[in-house]
Amino acid sequence: MQELSVRHLLGIKDITPQDIQLIFEIADNFKDVINRPIKKVPSLRDITIANVFFENSTRTRLSFELAEKRLSADVINFSSSGSSVKKGETLLDTVNNILAMKVDMIVMRHSSPGAPHFLSKHIPANIVNAGDGTHEHPTQALLDSFSIRERLGEVAGKKVVIIGDILHSRVALSNIFALQKQGAEVMVCGPITLLPKYIQALGVKVETDVRKALAWCDVANVLRIQLERQQMKYFPSLREYTLYYGIDKKMLDSLDKEIVLMHPGPINRGVELSSDAADSHHSIILNQVENGVAVRMAVLYLLAQKG
Amino acid sequence: MQKRLIVNQQLLEIMVTRLCHQLIENHGDFSDSVILGLQPRGKFVAQRIQHTLASILGKQVPTGYLDTTFYRDDFRRRETPLTANATKVDFLIEGKKVILVDDVLYTGRSVRAALDAMIAFGRPANVELLVLVDRLYTRHLPIQPTYVGHQVNSLQSQRVLVEWKEQQANEDAIWLVTKSDE
Repeated sequence: MQELSVRHLLGIKDITPQDIQLIFEIADNFKDVINRPIKKVPSLRDITIANVFFENSTRTRLSFELAEKRLSADVINFSSSGSSVKKGETLLDTVNNILAMKVDMIVMRHSSPGAPHFLSKHIPANIVNAGDGTHEHPTQALLDSFSIRERLGEVAGKKVVIIGDILHSRVALSNIFALQKQGAEVMVCGPITLLPKYIQALGVKVETDVRKALAWCDVANVLRIQLERQQMKYFPSLREYTLYYGIDKKMLDSLDKEIVLMHPGPINRGVELSSDAADSHHSIILNQVENGVAVRMAVLYLLAQKG
Repeated sequence: MQKRLIVNQQLLEIMVTRLCHQLIENHGDFSDSVILGLQPRGKFVAQRIQHTLASILGKQVPTGYLDTTFYRDDFRRRETPLTANATKVDFLIEGKKVILVDDVLYTGRSVRAALDAMIAFGRPANVELLVLVDRLYTRHLPIQPTYVGHQVNSLQSQRVLVEWKEQQANEDAIWLVTKSDE
C-alpha cells in the first residue's frame, strides 16, 4: 500500500525517489490502459480538474486534458488570453473564483517561477505544476525519465546530457533533479552564455563542445532555443548556433555507440536538430509524447488519492 | 488473532477438481470460453483451475488476469490507498463465454468493478463467476456466484484467508481468521 509523500506536484525537487518509482509503476498500468480498445477508466469520475494556463501550450495542455478525460474526470479549461486577467484580476482571485465552482484539482502553467508554490499555500485544491517560468516542469521530467526507463531498462547509472538553452529551461532543471534522484549522471552542454553561472553547484558536469558531450552520453535530451524568454542577445545568430550546437544524423552515425535522442518539443527543425536526426531510429520523441499521457494519468490518480 | 482451518490441502484439491468438472459440464471443450482471474488473489485460483483443466482436457484454456483497481467504487473513500496490479489479457473477449475467478466472494463490490473492467476488452457472450469461498449474507450488491467451492457463515469482523504454496505458505489451505480484539 503506497502513496505519494506530497499533496501537490510543484516540482521534482520536493518529491522523493520512492515517489518517482511509484508514479512509474502506476504509469505502466495506465500505459496498458491507453493501448486497449477502450482507453478509459472511471477512477476520477467524481473529480473536477481545472487546467489553468497563463502561458501558451499545445502539447502539455492536450496531454493533461487527455489524461484527465481518460480517467473520467470533469475538465474545465482556462487560458489567460481573453479572460478577466487582462482586466486586472490577481492570480489568487482568479483561482479562488474557479475553486468556488467546486473544483478539486488545478493544473497550472504560469510565466512566474514559484506561482504554483504561492497558490498551494493559499488554496485547498491539489496543484500540479505544468511549468512555472524558467523554474520547473515536473511532469515533463517524469515522462522523460519514464521514456529512458522504457528504452534502456533503467535510469540509474545512465549518462544523460541536456543540450541547448539551459539558462531559460524549466525542463532542464526538473530533468536534473529527476535524473539525479534516480542515480543517473547528468551533463549540461551549450554556449557558455546559455549555461547558468552556478550550475556546477547542482552536481552536474559542464561541457561546451557538443561533439564531446555526445561521445560521453547514453542519452541526449535536446532543448529548444527559447527566443521568447531571451531579453538580450546570447549568441550572434541562430545560424551560428546551429553550426556549433545543431545535431544532425551524420554526427549520430559517427559515434561508436547507439545513443537515444530526446526532445521535449516543440522542435525547431534545422536549428537544434536536423530533420534527418529528429526522424531517425535514435529518436524517441514521439514515445515521449505517448508516455506523457500515461505519466500524467499516474500523477493525477495518485494526487487524487491524497485528497 | 485466532485462525481456524476450514478447508485443508486435500479437500481443496478435491474442490478444485470438482469445480473443473462442473465447468466442463457447461463449457465442453472450452473452444469459446476464457478464464479471467481477478487480481491480486484470484490469479492463483485461476492458475490452479487452468492447470487442472489442462490435465483433464489436455489443452490450455486461455487465462488472463484482470486488475480492478481503477474501476473500484471506493477510491478516495478508503483509509488505506489501493495498489494497482498488472492486467494481463492477451485475447479479445468479444463474443466469448467468460469465467471470472476469485478466491473469496464477500460484498460483491470487486466483482462489480471486474464486470466494468472486463468490458474494456470487448463484449462477452455471457459471464459466469467462480469463487472458492462464498461468504453468505454479506453481499452489498445483487451478485451471486455460478460455481462455489465452499460456503461459510461468518461475522463481519472475521476474514476468510486462502493461502497457496505459490505464496510461500506451508500448504494450500482456507482459514477463518478472527481478530481477538473484536
